[in-house]
Amino acid sequence: MGFSGLIVQILNGFAEASSLFMIAAGLSIIFGVTRIVNFAHGSFFMIGAYVAYTVVERFGDPMWFWPGIIIAAVASALVGLMVELTLLRRIYRAPELTQLLATYAVMLIVQDLVLYLWGPVPLLGPRAPGLEGAVNILGRQFPTYSLFLIVAGPLTLAALWALVTRTRWGRLVRAATQDREMVSALGINQAWLFTSIFVLGAFVAGMGGALQIPREPASLEMDVHAITSAFVVVVVGGLGSLPGAFIAAILVAQVKAVCLWIGILEIGPFAISLSKFTIVVEFVVMAVVLIFRPYGLMGTRPALLRHTRNLTSSMLIAPLRARGWILAAIILVAFAIVPQLRGSFPYMPILMLEIIIMVMFATSLQLLMGPGGMHSFGHAAYFGLGAYAAAAIVGYWNLPLELALVVGVGGAVVGAIVLGWFSVRLSGVYLAMLTLAFAQIVWAVFYQFEGLAGGENGITGVWPEGLFGGRDAFYYLAVGCLIVSLAFLYRTLFSPFGYALRAARDSAIRAESIGMDVSRLQWQSFLLAASVAGIAGALYALSKGSVSPEILSASRSIEGLVMVVLGGEYAIGGGMLGAVVFVWLRDTIGYNAEYWRAVLGVITIFLLLVLPQGLASLLRFTESLKRAKE
Amino acid sequence: MTLLTVQNVGKSFGGVRANHDISFALKSGELLALIGPNGAGKSTLFNIINGQTNADTGSVRFEGTELSGLQPRQIWRLGVGRTFQVAFPFGSMTAIENVQVALMSRDRKIFNFWRWGRNYCRDEALGLLQRVALTDQAEKPCNYMAYGDVKRLELAVALANKPRLLLMDEPTAGMAPQERNELMALTKRLVLEDGLSVLFTEHSMDVVFAYSDRIVVLARGELIAEGSPAEVRANAKVQEVYFGTGNTFETEGQAS
Amino acid sequence: MTIRLKHALRGSMLGCALALTLSVSANAQDIIKIGEVSSFTNFPDHMGHYKNGMDLALDEINGAGGVDGKQLVFVTRDDKATAGDAIRAAEELVAREQVDAITGTFLSSVALAMNEWAKRNEVLFLATMSLSDKMIWQEGNRYGYRLRAGTFTQSAILAEKAAELGKKRWALVYPNYEFGQLAAENFKRMLTEAQPDVEFVSEHATPLGRIEAGGVAQAMIDAQPDAIFSVLFGGDLLKFVRAGTTQGLFEGREVLGLTTGEPENLEPLGADAPEGWWVTGYDWTNTDIPAHKKFLADYQERFGAHPGISAIMGYTTVKTMAAAFDKADSTETEAVVDAMAGLEVEMPWGTISYRSLDNQSTIGSFLGRTARGENGPVLVDAVYKNGEDYQPTEEMISKWRAATE
Repeated sequence: MGFSGLIVQILNGFAEASSLFMIAAGLSIIFGVTRIVNFAHGSFFMIGAYVAYTVVERFGDPMWFWPGIIIAAVASALVGLMVELTLLRRIYRAPELTQLLATYAVMLIVQDLVLYLWGPVPLLGPRAPGLEGAVNILGRQFPTYSLFLIVAGPLTLAALWALVTRTRWGRLVRAATQDREMVSALGINQAWLFTSIFVLGAFVAGMGGALQIPREPASLEMDVHAITSAFVVVVVGGLGSLPGAFIAAILVAQVKAVCLWIGILEIGPFAISLSKFTIVVEFVVMAVVLIFRPYGLMGTRPALLRHTRNLTSSMLIAPLRARGWILAAIILVAFAIVPQLRGSFPYMPILMLEIIIMVMFATSLQLLMGPGGMHSFGHAAYFGLGAYAAAAIVGYWNLPLELALVVGVGGAVVGAIVLGWFSVRLSGVYLAMLTLAFAQIVWAVFYQFEGLAGGENGITGVWPEGLFGGRDAFYYLAVGCLIVSLAFLYRTLFSPFGYALRAARDSAIRAESIGMDVSRLQWQSFLLAASVAGIAGALYALSKGSVSPEILSASRSIEGLVMVVLGGEYAIGGGMLGAVVFVWLRDTIGYNAEYWRAVLGVITIFLLLVLPQGLASLLRFTESLKRAKE
Repeated sequence: MTLLTVQNVGKSFGGVRANHDISFALKSGELLALIGPNGAGKSTLFNIINGQTNADTGSVRFEGTELSGLQPRQIWRLGVGRTFQVAFPFGSMTAIENVQVALMSRDRKIFNFWRWGRNYCRDEALGLLQRVALTDQAEKPCNYMAYGDVKRLELAVALANKPRLLLMDEPTAGMAPQERNELMALTKRLVLEDGLSVLFTEHSMDVVFAYSDRIVVLARGELIAEGSPAEVRANAKVQEVYFGTGNTFETEGQAS
Repeated sequence: MTIRLKHALRGSMLGCALALTLSVSANAQDIIKIGEVSSFTNFPDHMGHYKNGMDLALDEINGAGGVDGKQLVFVTRDDKATAGDAIRAAEELVAREQVDAITGTFLSSVALAMNEWAKRNEVLFLATMSLSDKMIWQEGNRYGYRLRAGTFTQSAILAEKAAELGKKRWALVYPNYEFGQLAAENFKRMLTEAQPDVEFVSEHATPLGRIEAGGVAQAMIDAQPDAIFSVLFGGDLLKFVRAGTTQGLFEGREVLGLTTGEPENLEPLGADAPEGWWVTGYDWTNTDIPAHKKFLADYQERFGAHPGISAIMGYTTVKTMAAAFDKADSTETEAVVDAMAGLEVEMPWGTISYRSLDNQSTIGSFLGRTARGENGPVLVDAVYKNGEDYQPTEEMISKWRAATE
């Protein structure tokens, strides 16, 4: 250890920071101008790495590594161009979550495409020619290539900075970052500005991926890892700020470096392994920064949009009328008779139970997203806390199931009290990212601490016993919970609270000016949503007999988002519709299809293009047709 | 009776003095206009009074209660209503729902999850809409309403908790001259009917001189004149600071 | 009214579509049907081998007339590396496909959940790829069996080797979740028992798939260990080896790698593969076990590639099921479960048996040194270690299992 060890770790941290910055820079620029949270950005990074690998492999000479970087970057840029022209361009006017979902679908497709083209085995590329070895720094062998990266990061920053400050194109980019509407008012062709931004972002990401080849293998997990780190860096730095992203990359990398240097920290009788902490370090940094600097290190409060929110007719809601109630009754009867059909359709009750639980999960998230206007990216945290709380009651202490449901709700609500309190201080993407950070922290705690709730293995032996122990009895219990939850959420939507929440979403400043405590309203909505998610989680645990940390994972949160957006975030029943369709699709194509991700991605994109306001707009469409006829 | 007292209020933003030692008072039943050229510090003072911004020095009292340090929502509860320069209605709701939400807030019912909100104080809400002549548009989503109608809707919302003081930030901005006069005439009528007081900022001088009882003039963050329209009109200092030289209010008002 | 009618019609059409996808598939009397639930799409690098192994064994068995004249059929489902999805897949297999047993699972959390489900629903479950020992010991039950040599066994094989090496200062690096944590814990305990003066000077628990290799290697060098114990695999291993080699971490130090010798982990290292590490794994090149020769030849002929350890597991899974149903002479679950106890199975590494003590197979692992062969990295000086010899005491196991049953 010692001080010289720290110096070398910090040098190492700078090399890591450069890598992080390369991924984040493109994302930051793209977001700044287009306001698209681009999930597919990690895919560009991954494509860059794979293409760079293939270039060297094809030409057989390691020297091809250097031109390979440019070739890889160009390849990524071309993919970016294609994605922008064929998909994103069609949906710039759609709600921001629709865009996010579209890029998520692109990520799924690219994942399978890469698997198809390059196979499943991680591919370790060559070392960088000329920089294979190490140099002696303070008596240690420091990789020469890391030194190169330390220089490459700031160079990239300088190049991008020059591009946005010294060129006419760059001035437009900066203008668009500050005020998109102004640029279009000036008669600039926005479409091409967006395309060029997107291509540049993909180019930089591809270059970043190619530059990783000497340090890590090209693998199928690269995209997900890259995108998570990139989000953190961009948000910590302040959305749209390049220098901010650079500083954030250094901050995140150096906190990790110092953790590695300290190793085991002894505070009194406690020995804390800081190396274990590296699993969440990014998210802890992000949470801390967002709590103290809500718009990131170098971000500024986003300019108030002319109309606080892009209000669309889809946001108008009214209580169900006769038709709606009839439909609801039909659905209910369908749910109720399913177990009676077990003889002919033995799998139906099993799938239906899953659907019921996911409907509750999605609908509770919809309360936050639709009426609340808060895009929570961490809703799985409440689902998971509910599941764990219930699992502890039944699995550890053998207490009755009824209590487990109550405690499940309690566990989720306690989580929401804490996490929601911090989250509602932010809005928009920052809120989304803070909720994601909190959920990841909760996940990491459950995942790595064996002593707490079984670590990665979770808690087993969580079966319903007693009155609701039977298969059908439990199914009807779930239907009961569903009805109560939906009735509760529906009633809430049209209660004074629901009106106030929507008012706060439509215009927070106006709501405050007529006496509403907007933060408290939103905080309260977190508690309500969490309670329903908690009961869903409890039922899930009881239906599977066990819980493990994956139910808290980011991918479950994102699936929740997908369901809500697919169904229509503002429409009554949107969450329900989305959940039914999503679970069914995922189950049907996910069985055996080797490339189910790509299939799911293609279907999602198709639905988004055809029904940008969600599946529920299909019902609305028939309604308006009817009105037109009358 | 004095309703609102502004005393020695000062505010700086990073060394730039937006308000300096401003004092004036507003009496019950009075329509007081706050005017001044761009950058005079009107908006800052306005935001200090409604709680959006905190003053560095001085105090603002409403019926004897100190307002500085209070949140906008707390100030509203004391009986200070407010309208915005750019109207921010709740776009996903109908006109009547906009009013109903304000009534729910007035009755401290916004944390009620169970009561059916659709028919909450419906008659009262309709009554408020009637006062601003919007009864026929009650069920119209306010996203689809004309701007002038939205402005009137704002008034109805602001009246929901029977305020004693109404703060109006450039009430007629963005409106055609005909509409302006209608809106201000309506405001004046409501003031007389309810005995409320109004403090408003305004750019359009015809409105100011036609409807205000008294005028406070700011320039470069300081109060330079105060008095009846006639007094202010005659004030040489105002004329100089406000318009340079020569121009009269009438011509400016008519030109705009 | 007509609109409502149309709606009802549309609804019922949707119902029919659902019904089609949900209906029961016919279960013929002359087949034995087994459901295989694994993370095919999440770990395709392993599961490709695994599936090949299964296909090879299935063709051998069915080509020779099946089991008691019945054809053996495996129905596979992807669990998306999620316990909840795995359980639903198992429920579907039992309800709709009417399978007679469930095999598979890759992650230990999934294996444990499935084990629990099997116990509740009284379905035979053979965990095949999972390394978690908890499912056979602390949470062991009558219906859950496990094929692969678990974390304990592999750690024990390496701890024995470590004690022989006689190094004093050890540095540990492992992925930060149950498998890595337990492997490190077992290794430390066993080595300390064998060599009380041992010191563990550095311990790095790295986030799975996201190791900060340069920093970790540097911190390990600074701790000046004599030897290193690594539980890394996949991408983490590749990054760690490259960084460690560049920074001189491995110079003059013994390195022990848990599962590093499995072809799935070793081969992607290519020219970077370290030489002389002691590792557990699978020596497919040099071993002279007779049964392996035929397996290797058949496998290479059929797939044009050599097998990984997952191929062995896939192959043995099918062989185990065939042997169990053959011995039971019935498809009744209880009879097959009874047959599993003490069941002997011929597999490429010899004969293994399923212990009635804890439902664990006696399959072992190779201990060898890494070397660079002509066509990529291989194991040399490899010895097959019988799993039976590297287990906790019977007393311990009985105590653990008694607590749950």
